[in-house]
Amino acid sequence: MSEIKITIDGKECTAKAGQTIVEAARANGIFIPTLCHFDGLKPAGACRICTVRVGGRNMAACTTPVAGGMIVENDTPEINDMRKSIIEMLFVEGNHMCPVCEKSGNCELQALAYRYLMLAPRFPYLWPRRGVDASIPKLYKDGNRCIQCLRCVRGITIDGKKVFGLINRGGKVRISHDPKLSASLDDEQAQRAMDLCPVGALIRKEVGYAVPIGKRKYDDRPIGSEVEGA
Amino acid sequence: MSKPVVATASLAGCFGCHMSVLDIDERILTLIDLVEFNKSPINDIKNFTKECDIGIIEGGCCNSENVENLRLFRKHCKVLISLGECAIMGGLPAMRNGIPVKECLEEAYLNCPTVDDGMIPNDDELPMILDRVYPLHEIVKIDYYLPGCPPRADLIWNALVALLEGKPLDLPYEVVKFD
Repeated sequence: MSEIKITIDGKECTAKAGQTIVEAARANGIFIPTLCHFDGLKPAGACRICTVRVGGRNMAACTTPVAGGMIVENDTPEINDMRKSIIEMLFVEGNHMCPVCEKSGNCELQALAYRYLMLAPRFPYLWPRRGVDASIPKLYKDGNRCIQCLRCVRGITIDGKKVFGLINRGGKVRISHDPKLSASLDDEQAQRAMDLCPVGALIRKEVGYAVPIGKRKYDDRPIGSEVEGA
Repeated sequence: MSKPVVATASLAGCFGCHMSVLDIDERILTLIDLVEFNKSPINDIKNFTKECDIGIIEGGCCNSENVENLRLFRKHCKVLISLGECAIMGGLPAMRNGIPVKECLEEAYLNCPTVDDGMIPNDDELPMILDRVYPLHEIVKIDYYLPGCPPRADLIWNALVALLEGKPLDLPYEVVKFD
């Protein structure tokens, strides 16, 4: 593959043709926050937390391929404030009760809120009335915590068929599931679904709270520190 | 020079945040030297006896008494701090938000499996329950937010010291947590 030179935040970076900006940045030790993006899944560009500025325009870094000579602005006060706003909006448009959530400490939305130092959202809470669906034998699905990132929709398939899907449109979008297919999920697949979910919307039944506070993924190290090598 | 005056209250909270204030361990002796406490459950002073510099409030607003109390704090405190998840977003009590109050009361006092011959409390002495639980900043202006359930003792200590000394707040990664 041919090598391409790009600049991110003033740093000269080498990227491969066909890489997205997120992938290229990561390969060069630069963290661009992502939420709906997951390695190995087709990028969706759903959450816009990875928004960067290229040539004066905002672009989703997880879906935009690199091009020679690209100058990318990533870690600027304006972009970071916009990212913080997205996190705040995600917090107010669902019912995110961190103290009672099993994913707390391992939650990517929460970890991003820590990284961008969200002490309280600047927007009014919406308190949508969403239910918990416990009809899947191995998982329960908590709509209160769902941020519609579509990771489970893209990532969980059985014999090439999607287990999760979307219903409704716009602000009313919800994650649905195929009753038959979801009933055949085994423990391993259920664990993968829970790991795919960046928040606590998919939680395994009958197991949990295995890792104590203080030992969880984001207790000591901010999200992105693994990329930055800090 | 007189000491800065601090007042605290727990509205729709569990007193866990107040416990976390006590969790500053022996630094509490320094705190007593640095500040004077006014209205607070810690010293059991029930009413404001003077104007305060710092008001620290735990818990959100779930009834009319909480709202009155909060407005009283805003009136008497120069700086008001929202302490903990309940103050910031309603917390556990806010799990009823989105469910009509009538449904909540019926579930708790009439239809609950452990209730025998129940009735919904309705006494003039009882404060009126609000349509939902409100975070403090949706009712009065809040100056600072300290998240956590409870907020880490170090976060509370750092914030108080920064306020008292007029220095920027030191926020290490480990002290800002939502759980």
